[in-house]
Amino acid sequence: MSLGFVMLCHTALDRAAQVARHWAERGCPVVIHVDKSTPADRYEGMRAALADLENIRFSPRHVCEWGTWGIVAATQEASAIMLRDFADVRHVCLVSGSCLPLRPVGELRDWLDARPRTDFIESVTTADVGWTVGGLNAERFTLRFPFSWRKNRMLFDLYVEAQRRMRVRRKLPAGLVPHLGSQWWCLTRQTLSAILESPDRAEYDRYFHRVWIPDESYFQSLVRMVSANVESRSLTLSKFDYQGKPHVFYDDHLQLLRRSDCFIARKIWPHADKLYGTFLHPDAASQPRAEPNPGKIDRLFARAVERRTAGRAGLYMQSRFPNREWVNGRTAAPYSVFEGFAELFEGFDTWLSKVAGTRAHGHLFAPERVEFAGGAQFYNGSLCDSASLRDYNPRGFLTSLIWNTRGERQCFQFGPRDSQKIAPFIAGDPHAQISVITGAFAVPLFQSNRNFGEIRAEAARLQRIESEFLTILRAPEVKARVRIWKLAEFVESPMEPLQMIVDEISPRSLRRLTEVPRLTNLTGFGQFLQNLRNQGMKPELMGDFPVGGDLPNPGGRRPRPYLVK
Amino acid sequence: MSVVDSYRLRWRRKRLLGRALLRSYQLRPVSVGADRLSGDPVLLFCTLRNERIRLPFFLQYYRDLGVDHFLFVDNDSDDGSREYLAGQSDVSLWTSKGSYKASRFGMDWISALLRRYGHGRWCLTVDVDEFLIYPFCETRPLRALTDWLDTSGMRAFSAMLLDMYPKGPVQDQPYREGQNPFEIAQWFDSGNYTISRNWSYGNLWIQGGPRARTFFADSPRQAPALNKIPLVKWHRGYAYISSTHMLLPRGLNLVFDEWGGEKASGCLLHAKFLDTFAAKAEEEMARGQHYAESREYKAYLEGLKEQPDFWCKWSEKYINWRQLEILGLMSKGNWA
Repeated sequence: MSLGFVMLCHTALDRAAQVARHWAERGCPVVIHVDKSTPADRYEGMRAALADLENIRFSPRHVCEWGTWGIVAATQEASAIMLRDFADVRHVCLVSGSCLPLRPVGELRDWLDARPRTDFIESVTTADVGWTVGGLNAERFTLRFPFSWRKNRMLFDLYVEAQRRMRVRRKLPAGLVPHLGSQWWCLTRQTLSAILESPDRAEYDRYFHRVWIPDESYFQSLVRMVSANVESRSLTLSKFDYQGKPHVFYDDHLQLLRRSDCFIARKIWPHADKLYGTFLHPDAASQPRAEPNPGKIDRLFARAVERRTAGRAGLYMQSRFPNREWVNGRTAAPYSVFEGFAELFEGFDTWLSKVAGTRAHGHLFAPERVEFAGGAQFYNGSLCDSASLRDYNPRGFLTSLIWNTRGERQCFQFGPRDSQKIAPFIAGDPHAQISVITGAFAVPLFQSNRNFGEIRAEAARLQRIESEFLTILRAPEVKARVRIWKLAEFVESPMEPLQMIVDEISPRSLRRLTEVPRLTNLTGFGQFLQNLRNQGMKPELMGDFPVGGDLPNPGGRRPRPYLVK
Repeated sequence: MSVVDSYRLRWRRKRLLGRALLRSYQLRPVSVGADRLSGDPVLLFCTLRNERIRLPFFLQYYRDLGVDHFLFVDNDSDDGSREYLAGQSDVSLWTSKGSYKASRFGMDWISALLRRYGHGRWCLTVDVDEFLIYPFCETRPLRALTDWLDTSGMRAFSAMLLDMYPKGPVQDQPYREGQNPFEIAQWFDSGNYTISRNWSYGNLWIQGGPRARTFFADSPRQAPALNKIPLVKWHRGYAYISSTHMLLPRGLNLVFDEWGGEKASGCLLHAKFLDTFAAKAEEEMARGQHYAESREYKAYLEGLKEQPDFWCKWSEKYINWRQLEILGLMSKGNWA
């Protein structure tokens, strides 16, 4: 028993002819339909090129515009010729001019001979379809589509909208259950002739004439009425992207296609010489073959679609630049921001990188220069320590840093002395963990050797900036994980907050801190605050420090000897 | 965008096209391969002055990518560039003695040629030191890319300028004719670019890289723009605004996705920093024919006195397009 191909072509006719010849020479009749809008000279050229093969026919030409009836009409007519002229054909395969057989046709024939009564056609009810693009699903069958989507998009949309408003619904022919599926099928003579010779065909044709994309539904629906044995899958490997256009195969897909074990693939780039050369080679090596398994190709294309629609979170580049409001994935990875810790503890950076196994920078937004970890001048991605470059675009600076260091958590110090332009951005970023000890900016002032007038002015300035930062952090739309302690409160029991922060940064190392950073000496700090008050400033972010000189007991309820230094 | 604004942009575009028409009279054809310009070729447009030493590799590179025909404007070269190009069968050559600056840094001449020969075709507009890298460029010719862009309904393809530099002072490794410049300048900055949106033209404005950190650390606003849209399915009504950084109508500049996805994009490897650079910078300064009083070259010359070394510990060594893709400098988009 033989296998026949119905081939629909419109461009790259030389490639189509090459494939048709390949099949015809191997005993499979081919009926070719060439789109009417293809120039006549090309059509004649193709006819001439295949004139020597007596099992090739050309069917009357229709205009095949995407999504319209012409494609179905062409298929019907070509199939009828196939059934009429080649009596020994049992399975008819519908292919396009850009299809390419991946396995010798003999294998396909044998495989079909083992399944003589099975129709291979993807046919899914509209409710279960997930692949349609553009929102038209069940409506394909209940509305009318007289306007071309390609040429008259506006009329098309307007008419659809008008029908929706007026709640127009078409009546389906009796017994017809709409099904959708890939255009490329392989049907038995019995099934195909039953569809084409059906007494109700005129009614069905009239109905499908106004259905949207009938080539994906005509045979797919009717086959359910006449066939007893439908296997709902296409033998043609064909993948569509998110816009509904087919993915194209190139020379570099050779191994992938080989290993897919599919029989036919579409669509092939016409200039993919290596693919055509390999798969149409007269003695294309036939390895022991398995069942068609397009899984690998599925994954490849699924990844491509994902990259186009979701992209890589936290990446800002020439072809991915999410809107400012785009909260999802502002940065590539979680990071921590510490305010006041470096002021309160000696060698906090070093301690943090050691304990939490992260990269701990100094004040990345310091006014003088970017304090990268280890005082480096350059950092990952050749980021430079110039403050003016950073301040030119602080968001860009931070997102680049986080992107460049993917896989290694970044921590940095922040403070009221630093450039504050970045504050709203980190507050709105779910990846940010922000821990603030308010009022700790006063500690370096307390230790400094400056005139008190200057100190007072500076303290007032820093307090104002920090208050503004706190306002941002307390806003309802904040997405970052924010923790705020007052200096006095923190000094009372520093262990618990530290433990909590470290646990969050490296959740796997669930062990108690054995080493804590050295708390700076705060003796006399209460008096210092009182002096500020006496000078007319109101230090309010530090909390209540007793003036009497005695510090609240560091270590709190759980005193640890190494902490009291 | 208001009606007034779009009307203004329309006039801007018309004016640019008018300039191109005016300047096109400065162009004198040397050799025009009219037969090569029929059909549906991929065309490359380039304007140059005294770049003889770079030409053999440049032509070879783009021939290998599948450019069908080159259209050059020679701005009064005296080093044999013109003679060399005239002898190539796939090159059409025009020459102009006009001012580079007055012709918008060569863009008026190129626009005239684009309008005349580029209509309805894919046109690549590059400088002689720019080398296009796009996804799968090792295995798929330029035609595969343009076919795919056609079926995806995209009219323009962006390729960011990626400055390449050698390790050590640029003068140390002399460039030989025909040599791949990236054997010398094989390093680049992988992640120090800043992007902002230019709302009036709808494009992205990208700055950064080695030039910004070496020459413009104190005046980052003046650092050169790196965003480029070199590959466009041309229409005679289109116009490049400044170099190939942006185009009119504005829709062509929307080569990026605003909702988190990635569109396909490439890179233009920039082989500017070779030993030829110092001489070039001096020559260009003397001519004063570059953008914004040659501010860029002024900065370079000052920097060059100190024998600059762009290389730093975090410089990345170029391997292939996949590396650039992973680093996030370009993207495959949904091309697989």
